[in-house]
Amino acid sequence: MQDKRHTLVSLVQDEPGVLTRVAGLFRRRGFNIESLSVGHCEQPGLSRMTVVVIGDDAEVEQVTKQLDKLINVVSVTDITREDKVVRELALIKVSASATTRSEIMQIVDVFRANIVDVAPDSLTVEVTGDEDKIDSLIKMLRDFGMQELARTGRTALTRGVFSQTK
Amino acid sequence: MKKTGAQILCESLLQEGVDVIFGISGGTVIPLYDAFSQYPQIRRVLVRHEQAAAHAAAGYARVRHKAGVCVGTSGPGATNLVTGITDAYLDSTPLVVITGQVARSFIGKDAFQETDITGITLPVTKHSYLVRDVANLATIFKEAFHIAQTGRPGPVLVDIPKDVQQEETEFTYPDTVNLPGYNPATEADPAHVANVAELLNRAERPVVIAGRGVILSRAYEELKELVETMQAPVVHTMLGLGSLPPQHYLNLGMLGMHGAVYANRAVQDADLILAIGTRFGDRTTMKASEFAPKAIVVHIDIDPSEIGKNVVPYASLVGEAKTVLGQLNPLLRKSDRTAWLAQVESWRSSNPLEEPTPGTKLSARRVIRRLYETIDEKSIVVTGVGQHQMFAAQEYASPRLNGFLSSGGLGTMGFELPAALGAQIACPDEVVWVVAGDGGFQMTMQELSTIVQEGLPVKIAIINNGYLGMVRQWQDLFCNRNYVDVAIHTPDFVKLADAYGIPAVRVENECDVPTAFDRANAHPGPFLLEFAVEPEENVFPIVAPGQNLDCMIEAPQPAVTGRS
Repeated sequence: MQDKRHTLVSLVQDEPGVLTRVAGLFRRRGFNIESLSVGHCEQPGLSRMTVVVIGDDAEVEQVTKQLDKLINVVSVTDITREDKVVRELALIKVSASATTRSEIMQIVDVFRANIVDVAPDSLTVEVTGDEDKIDSLIKMLRDFGMQELARTGRTALTRGVFSQTK
Repeated sequence: MKKTGAQILCESLLQEGVDVIFGISGGTVIPLYDAFSQYPQIRRVLVRHEQAAAHAAAGYARVRHKAGVCVGTSGPGATNLVTGITDAYLDSTPLVVITGQVARSFIGKDAFQETDITGITLPVTKHSYLVRDVANLATIFKEAFHIAQTGRPGPVLVDIPKDVQQEETEFTYPDTVNLPGYNPATEADPAHVANVAELLNRAERPVVIAGRGVILSRAYEELKELVETMQAPVVHTMLGLGSLPPQHYLNLGMLGMHGAVYANRAVQDADLILAIGTRFGDRTTMKASEFAPKAIVVHIDIDPSEIGKNVVPYASLVGEAKTVLGQLNPLLRKSDRTAWLAQVESWRSSNPLEEPTPGTKLSARRVIRRLYETIDEKSIVVTGVGQHQMFAAQEYASPRLNGFLSSGGLGTMGFELPAALGAQIACPDEVVWVVAGDGGFQMTMQELSTIVQEGLPVKIAIINNGYLGMVRQWQDLFCNRNYVDVAIHTPDFVKLADAYGIPAVRVENECDVPTAFDRANAHPGPFLLEFAVEPEENVFPIVAPGQNLDCMIEAPQPAVTGRS
């Protein structure tokens, strides 16, 4: 089955309520959103928003056009089929005892993830990568007892020439 | 010299050429109204309910082709505006809506009459602002008017805390706007235009659908030239009525759920549909997947998000109707489509609009037909929503361009009287006729008072059938005549008008209809006519919900003929 997930990258003005406008649009038009991440970008006054939406091409075209219609949205590009770098960050708090700690640390090493906090009965792991990598690490760590998990959602840039921001 | 926020607002309105505002004062706009008194150039119309302020501003905007301005206080004033704002949003009417807000220090504290009106109206405005600093006020107004009036027009709300209205700063009105995310197209890509022209030239059975975009961009001449060159019949969405005179030989009137048989049939048999400035609403297309099944669809719209939203076109041009038609026209070849036009004419002559047989009671259709016969060619007709609206749309006969004002997308009963009020202010020398139902009229009839206070000569025809007629019709046709909550008590409208000081006549007999209209037309001030019509007259043709556009019920069903 074709992956119906599309990655949209959008530049939005840093104005109060922009996130509400975007979120409200998705809710009102019944679009399915898998993740949304937003933060400042290279241009002052603008933020870069990465939205992962689920839908067929026609639906996603509608999402793109509706987003673009918002006054505070400066640009929207569907970069799903473009050559790009996609990353997500996850923090995973996993149960760790004296007997399991070294095994967990080995797995973390293999994934080139980091231990960012150590407590008597747990470890907190920071991992960056695409969704598959994070899913795999989570799967490996789940058996040790996952206490808490926080994922950021996808953020992305196209490779090479600065293209999507016009 | 420094000015207060309230004065800056007034100065901004002057800069934008605003000559009238519709509104009601209240706690958080008292500083604003205080300042208004220093600006007598701006006429203030005090309405009786804020919903009417928004509809009146919309009526004004539709006639004047520029943003209408309405004002309400925070809390209930603001929430009362919401229906009118939504109506304007769905019908692409430019409004600048000004609301008072509680002082900044009270925001978020559930203060008296505090409402998150920018939040509430987020999905029904083109854009909105909560002004946090008086220094931004002039820029915000410049942007608000620009956004409301350009591209696909729509309502823009500006929410101004009371203390921002009182704060002082230097006033300078910007010459330009800086909106990097807002670049509405005007001209279409010339290469695409050439391709579309070739499609139009090759078509054998073309039909043009003229929507509200034609009126919004005043592309009347361009539309006429296009259809005459193409020799293509024209059908209208309800909001596109008035973009080509009904008397024009290529004009087939309205398509859609209550479209004429010949209009809908032409669409379903066409090999090419050229849709101009329409969003392909469900009342227009009916079952979208079966819409114009033999045709390739070419869609012209200023809003890119309308392309492919409801109907996927074969080709599209994004731009302003007037500009795009101006690009297309020189590329079109004068075509001979005699056979197609003859086919359409044969449908027209064999399936005319219903001719109700004169009965003991008045027919709503015949009354409305008579109205069009008596009004002069510059008159504007403003309708409510329901059966009378559909009769008025089907029978539409006024040669005036943009002469039909009606609530389309939202279908707001009660739109008629306040919208007519605004339209009358926009064109004081012309006759504005309200066509209302007895149900919808009762939703905003308090505005009779405003009409009198403002000295507006609005003419009103209430088509009184004692029912919420359109719902009754659906219950009749689709619910086995199970009439639930559709019989409605109405006041004595003649006495009601009298209470407001408006002359009025109740008409019960067909022979009295022409004189009644003549009397109302001749009267210099407002005049109300109440027509006691047959309670169970239905609007035909009708396409049942979910059906194809050409599955029309064309005549009264047997169950209805035995009406009591």
